[in-house]
Amino acid sequence: MTGDGFAASQTAAAAGEHGLSRSPQTRRPLVAQAPSASARPTKAARRVRLEGLDAYYGDNHALRGLDLEFEPNKVTAIIGPSGCGKSTMIRCINRMHEEIPGARAEGKVCLDQVDVYDPSVNVVAVRRAIGMVFQKPNPFPTMSIFDNVASGIRLSGASRADLRDRVERALRGAGLWDEVKDRLAEPGIGLSGGQQQRLCIARTMAVDPEVLLMDEPCSALDPIATLKVEELLADLKQRVTVVLVTHNMQQAARVADSTAFLLDGELVEVGATDEMFTQPKDSRTEDYVTGKFG
Amino acid sequence: MTALPVISARRRRTDLFARGVFAALTLVAIVPLVLIIYYILDKGLGAISWHFLSTDPTGNFLGDPGGVKSAILGTLEIVLIATALAVPIGIGVALYLVEFGRGTVLGGVVRYFVDVLTGVPSIVFGLFIYTGLVVTHTLGSFAGWKGAVALALLMLPVVTRSAEVVLILVPDSLREAALALGAPRWRVVARVVLPSALTGLITGGLLAVARAAGETAPLIFTMGSTLPTNFDPFKQMNSLPVQIFNDVGQAQDRLVTRAWGAALTLVAMILILTLIARTLARRSRLT
Ligand SMILES: Nc1ncnc2c1ncn2[C@@H]1O[C@H](COP(=O)(O)OP(=O)(O)OP(=O)(O)O)[C@@H](O)[C@H]1O
Ligand SMILES: [Mg+2]
Repeated sequence: MTGDGFAASQTAAAAGEHGLSRSPQTRRPLVAQAPSASARPTKAARRVRLEGLDAYYGDNHALRGLDLEFEPNKVTAIIGPSGCGKSTMIRCINRMHEEIPGARAEGKVCLDQVDVYDPSVNVVAVRRAIGMVFQKPNPFPTMSIFDNVASGIRLSGASRADLRDRVERALRGAGLWDEVKDRLAEPGIGLSGGQQQRLCIARTMAVDPEVLLMDEPCSALDPIATLKVEELLADLKQRVTVVLVTHNMQQAARVADSTAFLLDGELVEVGATDEMFTQPKDSRTEDYVTGKFG
Repeated sequence: MTALPVISARRRRTDLFARGVFAALTLVAIVPLVLIIYYILDKGLGAISWHFLSTDPTGNFLGDPGGVKSAILGTLEIVLIATALAVPIGIGVALYLVEFGRGTVLGGVVRYFVDVLTGVPSIVFGLFIYTGLVVTHTLGSFAGWKGAVALALLMLPVVTRSAEVVLILVPDSLREAALALGAPRWRVVARVVLPSALTGLITGGLLAVARAAGETAPLIFTMGSTLPTNFDPFKQMNSLPVQIFNDVGQAQDRLVTRAWGAALTLVAMILILTLIARTLARRSRLT
């Protein structure tokens, strides 16, 4: 505890401790602090827990009381037919859902102990702690490769010390450094689709998030670029908790430690990936993974 | 395999007829334009000379009537002031409409008023400033800055509308990417949206400038006119449209010729601006 033991609620105090609160002096101490993290082989990622999560678009009830947990330093795949609420769910985790006019979410999304929907929590800090990679690669068209990676650091107002090092580290982490190190000043949109997507991963990882949300990150990529991103995931999960939405069963089987199956805004089943694909408990899961519908 | 059907003779005739009609209509639209340009060149080219561009009008009834220097400089300065007023405000309004006011009642109301403002005749802006700033003797009577305010009012809806269109074209995926990186909304706008839309915003601004530069009515009522060059916007200033307006009604041929020369100068200035705007727009479409 930082000594201000008078925080109004348990959550608020926890939020302060986790650096998600609005007060500037308690901003993300866990990352800077790091001694507890350095004791472990991997960076301490966070456990994400959804508790009774409901999401709406106006009157459209898109998520219905979702309870789900994402293990730290694991890849969890989200599968389900189109429109079942996969994107909605992961957008609720970093509070991007509320950016859509008329959209709202109810329930809890806990990052370890902290509910990111708690009023004392700063949404900007939430999004810095929970990075997101989108379906279509979306590098900033006016920025160079370097600036794209640096943009996360600059845009979120994080400390800009050792910017060059952080950019290089992020690009290496995304397996892109060797391909772009001689053309850092060229525009980011000059890269191939697969490179652009890895650039976006680097941009997200440069902010040093604790959770990484990926919404069908490979659906716009060719098989080789897809393979590269998948190989990357094994690395990334050393540092973050990964939530991966995918339409590709093989992909889920290849990279995910556990898999969750959603249907019509509800969780049908979640479990270890191999069990989900070989001996699902629910007949609807079986129908879906064997391709009977969806 | 099915054979591709042959186009019937009737269909070909209809096509030919339709093409003819549209070509004729296009011609009808172009003819007056060509005539105007021909007329201005024919009558104005003779008046243009270095002397014409570099001397102020003398106002002498006999002898040398002078040129249009004060009018050119006055127009440039007034339009510059008007642009400095209208472009930031216009882009600001557009930013509100696109980034913050989407789907809100206030946003709808603002957009409606901007639309109405677009259709208001320029003379109304002139009268508005006349009754609001000139008659009331706010900081003196006729003055350059009042003309600039009238022009700015005229430009405002044009700038807002064009900026709105450009800002809407910035893909939402970029805004989302920036927001998801933890950027506050204002930084998303400043660092991602505005840079992406920059060339379009400049183009829209230049087109609004071109529109305002040729306006007479808002200026006659607001900044009067003088003969000598004057850079002080708190005094009366000369401008090309007003100079033309004054000269063309005179009984002397020399003055009417000067009006044509001034008109040619003005058209050339606007043409150059439009060309710059179009080049910029083309460049932005290529990237
Ligand atoms: N912006 C929106 N406005 C209104 N309704 C929406 C919006 N986005 C999604 N929905 C609705 O929410 C539900 C869930 O959509 P969501 O995008 O989460 O599905 P998904 O599982 O990601 O589908 P896909 O696999 O096609 O990406 C759908 O019924 C959809 O129609
Ligand atoms: Mg989706």
